[in-house]
Amino acid sequence: MLDKRMSVDAIVDQLRDGMTIAIGGWATRRKPMALVRAIARSDLKDLTVIAYGGPDVGMLAASGKLKRLIFAFVSLDHIPIEPHFKAARQAGLEVWEMDEGMLHWGLRAAAMQLPFLPTRVGIGTAIAENPRFRTITSPYDDGETLIAMPAIRPDVALLHVHRADERGNVLTLSPDPFFDELMARAAGRTFVTTEKLVTTAELDLPANARFHLVERPLISGVAEAAFGAHPTSAAPDYQLDLGHLRTYAAAEGEAWDAYRAQFIDGDAQSYLAAVGGADAIRAIPAPVY
Amino acid sequence: MADTDATLAELLIAQCAEVWRDDPEWLATGITPIPRLGASLAKLSFNPRLMITDAENMFLEEPAPIGPREGSPTVEGWAPYARTFDNLWGGRRHALVAPVQIDRFGQTNISVIGSHDAPKAALLGARGFPGNSISHPNSFFFPQHSKRALVAGEVDFVCSVGYNPARWPDGRKPHRLELRRIVTNLCVLDFGGPQHAIRLVSLHPGVPLDEVRDNTGFDIEADGEIAETPLPGAEALAIIRRLDPYDIRATLLKGNPPAVRTA
Repeated sequence: MLDKRMSVDAIVDQLRDGMTIAIGGWATRRKPMALVRAIARSDLKDLTVIAYGGPDVGMLAASGKLKRLIFAFVSLDHIPIEPHFKAARQAGLEVWEMDEGMLHWGLRAAAMQLPFLPTRVGIGTAIAENPRFRTITSPYDDGETLIAMPAIRPDVALLHVHRADERGNVLTLSPDPFFDELMARAAGRTFVTTEKLVTTAELDLPANARFHLVERPLISGVAEAAFGAHPTSAAPDYQLDLGHLRTYAAAEGEAWDAYRAQFIDGDAQSYLAAVGGADAIRAIPAPVY
Repeated sequence: MADTDATLAELLIAQCAEVWRDDPEWLATGITPIPRLGASLAKLSFNPRLMITDAENMFLEEPAPIGPREGSPTVEGWAPYARTFDNLWGGRRHALVAPVQIDRFGQTNISVIGSHDAPKAALLGARGFPGNSISHPNSFFFPQHSKRALVAGEVDFVCSVGYNPARWPDGRKPHRLELRRIVTNLCVLDFGGPQHAIRLVSLHPGVPLDEVRDNTGFDIEADGEIAETPLPGAEALAIIRRLDPYDIRATLLKGNPPAVRTA
């Protein structure tokens, strides 16, 4: 029961057509890309993805897995427009667009088991015209009209972490934890890939207590996937691979099949070889923002 | 002392810096290189109170130069996204951002060109623009002043709130809506006209008013004598050169034109 170890493919086997899946990380940082590639290889379809989007969204879009996207942006940061997202969006991908903070708030409402949380964010913009948003009048003397940001409840959250034990104690060592914790609290079940699967003692708590993401009952499965965030970063273990992101971004239209054959269709070992190997990834310098 | 060898990019950096001149101790965010260099210049020249990030998640004691660098200035604080939201919702920030479109109300767009349901071009998505616009002062930068950027009517998808009461719930001005300046490659504008109408502050050296009018999709208030945008001084230029040692700024505007337009 407390041994939650499983493989990346076994995590993907837990997913179903039509599910709503929150993907952790932010743009080009700490995306569970090994899981994303495994989903791209699978027969899954009609997924709704919730993300602070980067190549996770673009890759699933290019692989025909997306029915709908709940998002505030999709970007590769250094390459501002994500070409695969752009192509899918222009071809009619259904989206529910909101502010970054509204997504934060929707996940937080779900995490708190609330139907909504009030916010001013979105007021006065075209975002608020979406009938999925309703307003609420403050019951206090100010009487202000606020948006009642509805709870966003993913069926599953997929996260990439740095260290995990077999019970689901996980550490995210990167300088920004993003909103992975809220995704885990909002989702029905959460599966993580981890750079290294270690013993509980090797998590080095309490020294690393500030990096401990959530209570372990929230974690349903743990798969070891070294370089599982590549080409996004899992700093401090490794930085984003801008060279590979450029290759990925350039693989538009007919070039996608070649990218897919080279980087998605194989297993983790062949992927690592195709992107230059472990030492090359570890040697990539920190990006300049 | 003005330096007539200054480039337009340098003049724009100096004008971007000006938006933060009198700001209190809070976060100065400049998005895209010219606004970012502007924020760094403001901090290093006349407003040391400002907080500046490394464009990722750390506050820096001194602004970092752009481009490849060894090491980083001393970190003075932590700014993960959750804290960034908490800080900006608390109002302690002035952002200078570079939208794709702006309209006469100061509403801006970075989401799509064309209709939202079937966009002609999908861009980034609204990002944090909605929340920024009702939480703290905002200014805007347009490197290419044209009717495609400063549009007639409304922007294609209103990502940030402007002075358009028709979009305000109950006609009430949203909390802390405050638009400050627009810096373009032709001029500096503010929202100082009647009902916050967009008004000319200054024309860059050698730019005629008609050129601004011809390239703007809405009317611009321009009364009386019109000021010329000052050239950056020697001290400002020295700081800019230190902040951009690889002269990335020379690549940001087509042809890297001089600050004083030649006939």
